[in-house]
Amino acid sequence: MNASTVIFYVLGSLVLVFGAMTVFSRRIFRAAVYLLFSLISVAGIYLLWGMDFIAALQIIIYVGGIVVLIIFSIFLTQRSGEKLPPPIQKRLVWSGILAVSGLGLTSWIVYNYLFSASTLPIVEPTVHNIGEQMLSYSKYGYVFPFEVINILLLAALVGSIVIAMKKKETKTTDETTHITK
Amino acid sequence: MEQVPLSHILILSSALFFLGIYGFFSRRNMITMLMSIELILNSANINFIAFNKYLFPHQLEGVFFTMFIIVVAAAEVSLSIAIIINLYRRFNTIDIEDTTTMKY
Repeated sequence: MNASTVIFYVLGSLVLVFGAMTVFSRRIFRAAVYLLFSLISVAGIYLLWGMDFIAALQIIIYVGGIVVLIIFSIFLTQRSGEKLPPPIQKRLVWSGILAVSGLGLTSWIVYNYLFSASTLPIVEPTVHNIGEQMLSYSKYGYVFPFEVINILLLAALVGSIVIAMKKKETKTTDETTHITK
Repeated sequence: MEQVPLSHILILSSALFFLGIYGFFSRRNMITMLMSIELILNSANINFIAFNKYLFPHQLEGVFFTMFIIVVAAAEVSLSIAIIINLYRRFNTIDIEDTTTMKY
């Protein structure tokens, strides 16, 4: 057992512990911070495997973007410091049964499956190789999905602005309800 | 060099996946459900990277799929937070037990 395997098991247990605390915590702000630590540990696993670019993306987009967005929305919609209402017992039991049985099934399948690795020469996952294949329009190039994902991001941006925009008529109805009160 | 066996990585990612599933089904608050979805997507990312590193190191497909999943997760989070803020403005709560106007 060398150092990298020890580091992997430490990072993996950190991912699982912080993920469990995200799921089980009754305080929503703490859950968001635990999610942050879980995502950082996943980035550490990527770094350990030599996937530097993916680790950087994980930290920039997940930790710097998504978790910050979630914390903003917590501040906008939640009173901080209050505990969440208790979950429904029946649903808790059923989701626990579902999760445990699913985990058992997948672990059983994974343990009994023999994976065969390819022996072709290794392509290093450097930024140079990734970028070249990402923007190549020959065979195995990824320029078309790249453009599709551009359109998707633009559509999501415009759609979220339109959805979250304050409309005039809702404001007037608020005023009228205020007056009638 | 001795490596971590692939099955341990897959069990790690499936444990993370089912933690996310458990949180998604048991939570009542929409933002915590969103966090569970993030855990699920992360477990899929770990799987893609592990398969790319262990089984198909002559390709970069897992890296590309991981990047696309990260982008789709960013788009999904921005849209769903817009929907959550709109719901909060209309109902003053984001508990799924109270926002049942469109339930059959």
